[in-house]
Amino acid sequence: MSQIGAKIIQERPDFAAIAAWIPKGATVLDLGCGDGSLLRYLKETREVRGYGVEISDPGIVSCISNGVNVIQNDLDSGLSDFESGSFDYVMLSQTLQATRHTEPLIQEMLRVGREGIVSFPNFGYWRNRLNVLRGNMPVSRELPYQWYDTPNVHLCTLHDFETFCADHRVKILERRVMTGKNEMNVLPNLLGSTAVYRFQRAV
Amino acid sequence: MSTAHSIGIVSAQRASFGTPLVFRSGAVLPRYELVYETYGKLNADKSNAILICHALSGHHHVAGYYADDPKNVGWWDTMIGPGKPIDTDKFFVLGLNNLGGCHGSTGPSTINPETGHAYGASFPVITVEDWVESQARLADLLGIRQFAAVIGGSLGGMQALQWSLAHPDRVRHVFAIAAAPRLTAQNIAFNDVARSAILTDPDFHGGDFYRHNVVPTRGLRLARMLGHITYLSDDAMADKFGRELRSGRFSYSYDIEFEIESYLRYQGDKFASYFDANTYLLMTKALDYFDPAHEFGGNLNKAFSGAKADFLVVSFTTDWRFSPQRSREIVRPLLHNRRNVSYAEITSTHGHDSFLMQDPYYFDVMRTYLDKVAGECAT
Repeated sequence: MSQIGAKIIQERPDFAAIAAWIPKGATVLDLGCGDGSLLRYLKETREVRGYGVEISDPGIVSCISNGVNVIQNDLDSGLSDFESGSFDYVMLSQTLQATRHTEPLIQEMLRVGREGIVSFPNFGYWRNRLNVLRGNMPVSRELPYQWYDTPNVHLCTLHDFETFCADHRVKILERRVMTGKNEMNVLPNLLGSTAVYRFQRAV
Repeated sequence: MSTAHSIGIVSAQRASFGTPLVFRSGAVLPRYELVYETYGKLNADKSNAILICHALSGHHHVAGYYADDPKNVGWWDTMIGPGKPIDTDKFFVLGLNNLGGCHGSTGPSTINPETGHAYGASFPVITVEDWVESQARLADLLGIRQFAAVIGGSLGGMQALQWSLAHPDRVRHVFAIAAAPRLTAQNIAFNDVARSAILTDPDFHGGDFYRHNVVPTRGLRLARMLGHITYLSDDAMADKFGRELRSGRFSYSYDIEFEIESYLRYQGDKFASYFDANTYLLMTKALDYFDPAHEFGGNLNKAFSGAKADFLVVSFTTDWRFSPQRSREIVRPLLHNRRNVSYAEITSTHGHDSFLMQDPYYFDVMRTYLDKVAGECAT
């Protein structure tokens, strides 16, 4: 692993969880890929052939600088540039909660990819609950925004997401719940700050 | 980052070709000349060459200025030079005047050595494919086996795309800026109106106006005025001219009243004073004909299946002549064929002309991508 790779994993433990699921040489599409560091990490460690989709101008420049393919587009306008079944994995890392048309986007992920991977901040994490109990919207490392400037319009808990999947013919294949670098297997919806799911279309 | 400045004094060169060029149309040009300029140094393994393909009214004078004409600055001088996005400290940059042009390369206004008269109407209708063939021969002459990048905007972008199809092993990166894989009916329609303006000018004489010592100025003017409207955005025109009147009040006549009228006529006059009407016709026809999918039953995915280059596709939000939608039609077949491709959509107010403008994000994208390309050349 390159030094940059090691540093990224330090900062984004969900990346390591995602990478562990991606076999060598897979084709991946990273939605809301930001500066392209996950794609770069996957390229370096998993030799993936990948593309990112990003809306922000600085993100596009960083992706190019990171040597990853990036398409400038708004996720909420759909994935019409991408053909059905054209990727092994379609990833949505820490972006789900900021998408407006979340429901059709999950369906689009499973149209374009064989499997989907999402990571998102667990709103059910005890610190978030405590904040709400105290009467305030949570502000934390995972949710760094104030209520008035947050891009997060669709926050959910682990339970919410799993109910969503069950209701939308989405079959969860694997789940990892983390707080920082630690995996949370006991009371995950209470003790985990970040969740990562791998899923496919239910038959 | 180094301080960006002009490449300085440049001069044009001329290359003669004695091997006949067979055009797509079947016509043959037995011999021809191309004028070109180069900036920067070709490295030892000749891996750092960049070809700049020009658009409809462009030419070989891409950057720098002439010693005897310092005001004549290259048309893409903002983009090309030491420390600029296309950095002449790192790359060997080649710009040429396309065949059929009117800036020194063999074209309709050139004297045909066989007849002693200008080619005029007898100059073959040329295609993007023919241009790329002639550019490849120029590359051969300069000892460039493979370009690090072929870069073009608009019609130039089509040539860059064609390079990846006709010579997949001779180009590592293709930049298609404000381009399209093929024109829409609306775009062909604009070209047809422009051509009609020229073709119906009584001074056109079927293309052989040189013999009559006249120039179809009226036609050229109209063609350029129409073109200009389509190169600018509605917003840019509104910002620049609005409904401003030259004299401040209506004159209730057909004189030039609105500032936009004045501007268009000025641009039309200027263009008609130096551009060749036959070249204008050829350029617009080349635009209309270009369609890599033509031989593949209209299927662009198949058309791009042989491409090996990496691609950067750039569009501009207010460009309605070559809209972002058209650029995405380039991206899609590249995704289908799993080419390395990045696509940037630049928010800009200048319409199609944006590709010639200086925009911080646009220039960042170009610079960042080209830094990567330069890194490959060094290793």
